[in-house]
Amino acid sequence: MKTSLKHTILKTENLHIGYTSKKETITVASNINLALNKGELIGLVGGNGIGKSTLLKTLTKVQNPLQGNISINQKTLENYSNLELAKTLSLVLTETLTAKNLTVFELIALGRQPYTNWVGTITEADLSIINKAISQTNITDLKHKKCFELSDGQLQKVMIARALAQDTDLIILDEPTSHLDMYHKVYILKLLQKITKETGKTILFSSHEIDLAIQLCDSMIVMSNNSIVSDSPCHLIEKGAFSNLFPEDMIVFDPNTGSFRVKK
Amino acid sequence: MVVLCCVNISLGSISISFNTIIDSFLVDSSDYSSKEYIIQNYRLPKAITAILVGSGLGISGLLMQTLFKNPLAGPFVLGITSGASLGVALVILGSGIFGGFLATFLLSKWSLVIAASIGSFLVLLLVLIVSSKVRDTMAILIIGLMFGSITSAIVSVLSYFSSAEQLQQYIFWGFGSLGDLDWTEVKIFSLIYTIGILFSVASIKGLNTLLLGQNYAKSLGLNIKKSRLIIIIATSLLAGTITAFAGPIAFIGLAIPHITRQVFNTSNHKILLPAVFLFGAIIMLICDSIAQLPNTDYLLPINAITSLIGAPVVVWLLVRQRRMVF
Repeated sequence: MKTSLKHTILKTENLHIGYTSKKETITVASNINLALNKGELIGLVGGNGIGKSTLLKTLTKVQNPLQGNISINQKTLENYSNLELAKTLSLVLTETLTAKNLTVFELIALGRQPYTNWVGTITEADLSIINKAISQTNITDLKHKKCFELSDGQLQKVMIARALAQDTDLIILDEPTSHLDMYHKVYILKLLQKITKETGKTILFSSHEIDLAIQLCDSMIVMSNNSIVSDSPCHLIEKGAFSNLFPEDMIVFDPNTGSFRVKK
Repeated sequence: MVVLCCVNISLGSISISFNTIIDSFLVDSSDYSSKEYIIQNYRLPKAITAILVGSGLGISGLLMQTLFKNPLAGPFVLGITSGASLGVALVILGSGIFGGFLATFLLSKWSLVIAASIGSFLVLLLVLIVSSKVRDTMAILIIGLMFGSITSAIVSVLSYFSSAEQLQQYIFWGFGSLGDLDWTEVKIFSLIYTIGILFSVASIKGLNTLLLGQNYAKSLGLNIKKSRLIIIIATSLLAGTITAFAGPIAFIGLAIPHITRQVFNTSNHKILLPAVFLFGAIIMLICDSIAQLPNTDYLLPINAITSLIGAPVVVWLLVRQRRMVF
């Protein structure tokens, strides 16, 4: 990873992640050195329980790192206030939406909260950003629908539009393709790819769709028990990073097709 | 609302015509003097109280329901009402212990108001202290309910040891009443009410953000602890003073936000807050007008009316829409 410093949006140095309680410290992963570059689509893959969520939570300041340093735009994450961070980083989470009686437009408009005044008035400038987010995600026809009327795939597009309306350099999505059918998985990931190309935003997402991520991502982070490696998908295949992702007696990785095969 | 206000003023043990009401405000005449006296010193304060009580309880219910993401929440959940009840119970039911002059002083109305305020304030303070230690809003909800059951347990112990008259007086307070306020009380009431409303308006943006859930709200830069504090302060100011001055008014705090959400079919607090204000005031005025049993000398307990009128309305709205808007 030899990229010049000015193109790096997010950088971690010697990062150790995990949980602390009063009695003990549980380290989930250690020595993580990552650099996310501007305008890239980055996929985070790894088995269940390997620490993907912990890594995302740590990167988004939901929980503190055990050790090491995270910097976004050359500024240490700790020094960001909640509001500053909200203008730099937006999230799409897996949790279900509780207030589904909002219209799609109202929901996306909430993405402007960090910028609006004390009662949350939407200005003309806010409105144009909201409409741009709506057209970028192709949901103009859903604009006036209520959120409970949407399918999972539509709702995911709306949540991505909300994150776009927040107008941040970095968007982090936690498993955006879960609960979706094959078509919508591809649709959402292609949409993310299009957004990074068009807007120059950096998008990091965690996923179990390794095959799709290999085909669509500019760069991938592969978490396995022993190591965390980050590189472009092609280099990762050459290095054999995917082959020890799962126990080899069940699933094997085929470097020629870039996909997994069940061992018979 | 203005019309209902006039209707409310006109009804009572003596019915007063609309013209008289309008005259009493506009024309400075010496006619109708007794009726004018009734209007200005009894009916008008009562109408104002009804508006303040209805809208205030409705708004505090709305704030609680959004904060706790729970359609069953109302002003009572933080233990505010039960705190006030405990204060009043201690004064009324405990007054027998002191006896003589002190008892007479303790049973004056101001002492009830003060006792209710102190009671609700103390319970709220406890809830606030505990809530600063827990991160989960659901935990605060349960803590509030626990405080509520502790206070009601103390009240039942107290009532077991008190005389029939004291018990009756306490039960009458529990019926709730809008009509016992003079102008000084109404002024103090309105002042605290206004502060509570200002806090509620200040929390609109936070409330809308909280609709997305706490994690999203935090990612949008919302200071969750601060907005939670503002919302709780607003609720306690509103519900605390209302309970202090008018007794524990049931149902309104829970039902008004639901009725408003069903009618307006939205979750946006910029629409809901003023709508709840209006609905709360209107429904309280209607309930109060009915409670007076027009042209009779009877005055029914307002709490009975709010539930008798309100509960079927909520049921009807839910059945008609077949779906709860929340």
